[in-house]
Parts: sequence; C-alpha cells; structure tokens
Amino acid sequence: MNDWPLWEVFVRSKGGLSHRHVGSVHAPDAEIALRHARDTYTRRMEGVSLWVVPSAQITASDPSDDAAMFDPAADKIYRHPTFYNIPDGVTHI
Amino acid sequence: MASLPPIDLPRGTTGAGAFDAPALDANAPLFDFLLRLADDSLILGQRLSEWCGHAPSVEVDLSLANMALDLIGQATFFLDYAGEVEGKGRDGDALAFHRDVLDFRNCWLVEQPNGDFAQTMARQLLFSTWQKRLLKHLLRCADPRIAAIAEKAVKEVSYHQELAAEWVIRLGDGTEESGRRMQAGLDWMGRFVPELFEMDDLATFLSERGLAPDLAALRADYDAQLQAILTEATLTMPAPQRPILGGRRGHHSEHLGHLLCTMQFLPRTYPDAKW
Repeated sequence: MNDWPLWEVFVRSKGGLSHRHVGSVHAPDAEIALRHARDTYTRRMEGVSLWVVPSAQITASDPSDDAAMFDPAADKIYRHPTFYNIPDGVTHI
Repeated sequence: MASLPPIDLPRGTTGAGAFDAPALDANAPLFDFLLRLADDSLILGQRLSEWCGHAPSVEVDLSLANMALDLIGQATFFLDYAGEVEGKGRDGDALAFHRDVLDFRNCWLVEQPNGDFAQTMARQLLFSTWQKRLLKHLLRCADPRIAAIAEKAVKEVSYHQELAAEWVIRLGDGTEESGRRMQAGLDWMGRFVPELFEMDDLATFLSERGLAPDLAALRADYDAQLQAILTEATLTMPAPQRPILGGRRGHHSEHLGHLLCTMQFLPRTYPDAKW
C-alpha cells in the first residue's frame, strides 16, 4: 500500500552465520513486516531467523561523499593480514 | 442462537444424485473422511489463489499465494491417500480434477467467495482456527498416514491462523471503514461455522475408532480463542444466524460449481496435458 512504511529485511541463512540484508518490504507495522519478510524472502528455505528494521531508521553514507569516505583506504594494503606465514596445519584463514 | 433449525439436506440422501458415488465397502468411511480433509484444503487453496495478482500489495499477494500453496499441498497428500484407499486407480489429480460438484465433501465456509480482503481474512480466521485444532488431534490419529500428514500441515496452518488473526485485529481496530468491513465479513461467514463442528454419522463413526476427534467438543476452545482475538480487534462474535449444513454430504452452495469450472477446465479439456 502506498502509505505503508518501508522495512529493511535481514536473513540469517543458518545458525552461526550473520544476518544479511536481502531486500525490503512495505508493511503497516513491525509484526506484519516480519510476516511479509517471511512470505517474501524465506519461501525457499533461505533462512532460520529474520530481522526487520524501519528503513527510516537507517543512517546512510552520502554517495556524493564517496571519495572522502572510501578512497583513503585504497592504498593501505598493510591493513590486510596477508604478510604473515601461516603454519600448514591452520585452515580457514 | 437462532430458533430456526439449520438449513440442511434431508438425511438418508447421502450420495443421491452423485454421478459416481463411491461404493459402500469397508474402506468407504476412510475414503469419505479423506475427501473431507482434502476438499477443505483444496477448495480454500483454490479460492485464495484467486487473489494472485489482485491483492492489496505485492507482499500480501505472496502471503495469500503461500497459504494457497500450503493448502493445495495438504490436499495433494490427502487425495493421493484417498485414491489408494479407494483402490480404483484414481490418484490425487484424478480426484481433484475429474470429480463433479456433488462428490465434493468440503464445508460451505471454504467455498464462499473472497469478497473484499476483510471477508477473505474473516473466512481464513474462522477456518484456520478450526483446522488447527482438528490437525492437532489428528497428530494422534489411529491411521499413521493421516497423523504424518497432520504433522506437516499443523505447522502451516498455525501460521495461517496467526496471520489471519493479525489482519483481523488490524482491520477491526483500524479505521472506521476497515472495522465496518471486517465485522461485515465475519457476519457474512459466521453462518457456516456450525457445520465445522457437526457430528454426523461418519464423524461419530470416525471418532469412536480414534480416527478423528469429537468435533463438537472442540467448539468451546474455538469460541474462546476467537472471542479473545475479536476482543483485541474491537469486533464482536458473528451475529447468530440460521446455520447451513450439508457440504459433508455433497450439498453445496452455487459458488462451488463455478469454482470447479475454473479449477477443472484445463485437465478436463486436455486430459493428456502434462505440467
């Protein structure tokens, strides 16, 4: 409906993983938003847990400010933990 | 309640006029029971699917389609089993698409038109609140196949019941117009509720053998939960009206024939069609 607020939907795909943003739904309130999220985004067993957040409550970075926000990280490769020797027995790193 | 007796088919006419009434053998009561279970889900599933593409929003469209698919899935399990019990080579599709209206055993409530969204939600709340109770009892059904189907279905129907309650509460306690429409939907559907709890000969037979619950005994709990939801929704219980019975014996409202025309057209016109 046109006057229903927008809600951002987050799905946890299985236990131990984080909730990930999957999209949004319109709904008159949080309870219905949760049901709409269930019916829209978990129809094919995509998840075991759902969050909905009012879209209006999200503070987003300004796309026109991208350069100042993100470019300074571009030349700091030393921040990546790729300069260590990993022992052979250690996996999942 | 109303002093007038229920509107009902004369007793002793079971199967009269049916084009291919099942033969009365030892499996006939189980077959008939499975048709009652299956046809409730099948017809309501078909009704809900009529909303597809027409619901108030795309999210509600999906909610209704999901419910429809749950119900049609239940019907498929029950009808496939009914076909095996009958032993005449009919499968679920044959029973769904090649049976005539007089052979359907669903209650009147599920075949009623969608009306507006409030009327659809009234029908859903009245039916799902009942179906959930029935399925919970069927978890202990003496027939293990029925118990297994009920175990899957009761989760689906619990969700249907919750969703319908949420909408009834919001529409009832919403605007002046939504409250008026919600009450009108409940009042329209209310006359079909007594049939859900009717203990006819077959229901008594099934109850005595541990195949089905005593339906009449479910009524008090049903009314209590309905009352709690309607109180929260600032609505009142459907006004007492003269009950209408007969669906369980193949006596239906004119709406069912039209529904079947739509549902059965393709497989009847193209019997070899595959999809």
